[in-house]
Amino acid sequence: MTRVLATLAVGLLLALLLSVTLGSVSLPIDRLLAALAFQGSEGDELVVWQIRLPRALAAAMVGAALGMSGAALQGLLRNPLAEPGILGVSATAALFATFVLYFGFATAGPLVLPLAAVAGALLATLVVALAAIRTRSVVTLILIGVGLSSFSAAIMALLMNLAPNPFSLADMVNWMLGTVDNRSFADLSFAAPFMIAGALILLMSRRGLSALSLGDEAAEGLGLDLRRQRLAVIIGAGLATGAAVSLAGAIGFVGIVAPHLVRPFLRYDPAQLLVPSALLGGLILVLADIGVRILPTDSELKLGVVASLLGAPIFIWIASRRRLA
Amino acid sequence: MMLLEARDLNHAIEGKALVSDAGFTIGSGTLTALIGPNGSGKTSLLRLALGIVPGDTGEVRIGGMPSGELSPIERARRVAYLPQTRPLVWPQPVEDIVALGRFAYGAALGRLSPEDKAAVTRAIAACQLEGFENRAADTLSGGELARVHLARALAAETALVVADEPVAALDPRHQHQTMRLFADMARDGRGVLTVIHDLDLAVRYADRLLWMHDGRIVADGPPEATCTPDRLRSVFGIAAHVRREGRALRLDIQGPA
Repeated sequence: MTRVLATLAVGLLLALLLSVTLGSVSLPIDRLLAALAFQGSEGDELVVWQIRLPRALAAAMVGAALGMSGAALQGLLRNPLAEPGILGVSATAALFATFVLYFGFATAGPLVLPLAAVAGALLATLVVALAAIRTRSVVTLILIGVGLSSFSAAIMALLMNLAPNPFSLADMVNWMLGTVDNRSFADLSFAAPFMIAGALILLMSRRGLSALSLGDEAAEGLGLDLRRQRLAVIIGAGLATGAAVSLAGAIGFVGIVAPHLVRPFLRYDPAQLLVPSALLGGLILVLADIGVRILPTDSELKLGVVASLLGAPIFIWIASRRRLA
Repeated sequence: MMLLEARDLNHAIEGKALVSDAGFTIGSGTLTALIGPNGSGKTSLLRLALGIVPGDTGEVRIGGMPSGELSPIERARRVAYLPQTRPLVWPQPVEDIVALGRFAYGAALGRLSPEDKAAVTRAIAACQLEGFENRAADTLSGGELARVHLARALAAETALVVADEPVAALDPRHQHQTMRLFADMARDGRGVLTVIHDLDLAVRYADRLLWMHDGRIVADGPPEATCTPDRLRSVFGIAAHVRREGRALRLDIQGPA
């Protein structure tokens, strides 16, 4: 456990450093460190603090939020294929953001778009949470998430279908593909409190995830308060995912891939999985974002596109290899 | 001492009564077998009695306390429950699955206290799973897995163990070993309530039989007093001879009545 954590933490730090080093302006390590310590030239500090560091940190935060949410939802729903998207949280957050773009509200202020995304995520969370209180069936819960997801996607398609001009359409597409380009520390500081609150809720309820590996009925017999556990995971994952979507748009599959890769090193315990999944999720997105920037394409690849290109085949592979239950 | 007292339990789903007017008590020092044909309401009765499913009416006291006043953790420290369906999703090692039995004592996997570890070791030994500690769940046979789940329930070391068909998947040797283990636990002053379909095992080891039929408890008493050919016919629809050999009963089931 400790070794896994240490390895992933060091890996994430190195990836962040690498990400800050790379860019159109070449920055040797001494100038980079000087800029990080506010001892460099004004230009260097601008590049590091205004452009590269926020971008690298955004990728790390989004990956961590999605990785931890995925691990927690997989534990709750007892399904290695669950991810933040399955509850419809990502899709509803994306829908709300598209909505403010479509009607031009997004120009009213820089916080309108993120606020809308978080509001959408929380609304979806609330709907699923109410369903969780009513039903005892996990399958029902998943199906409600799938329905919510499809409904959001349908409304989104409708908005794009009726988009008044190519510019707003391009805006929406751009944002839906998912990217951490052009993020500022202001954007990060708005998303961070939601992510931290979500992560804390998930961490506080993690022991119940272990109990759930025996099934709902046995877990209740062990002394788990099933409703409270479900609410905690749904609200925690909803907050973290909503904040992630507000920061980077829709980025899929990190929440599936990260937990899957670390699970064998943690004896498959859903509780011990949370923090390593967050670290690996952050690492994956930082690396993917580096890849996006160094690949020589005419128009820049979007981070969400790369994440899906890598993640979808892994998803199919995991699905085809399930043995238990 | 009364470990579990259930009175006037009723539960119906969409007009179909699963459990009707059921009441029973489980005292310390007894092994009680809950028997009845498929669909007679045995599992529903256990769930109601443990408060896992809220009943329509009824009153349950666990260790003398009304079950509504017990938190899930407090209840779990008094009763260990082994459900009939035991779905596992992750290929966890056996000792981790058993260690989950210590949940109500605050145990977290990877950070077990010495008491938790000792209880896990005792439960693994009681279910004869030594050597299996690090085997992954998906490499075990159905019977081995059933013993792992039983060990998980026993690891809580509660005064009362409620088990739903614990021996159904076991080979004859382990069936007898498990029932003997339950009988030993009862002799040590604990209580065991188990659902079982093997009537031979039930009459051989249980101190008491709870007979269920159509959601009702139709008889409640020691095997010698309640296990009669007439009752076997009316409850299970089987024709059987019942012989007495010394203090023990022997069943000879001839077939459907």
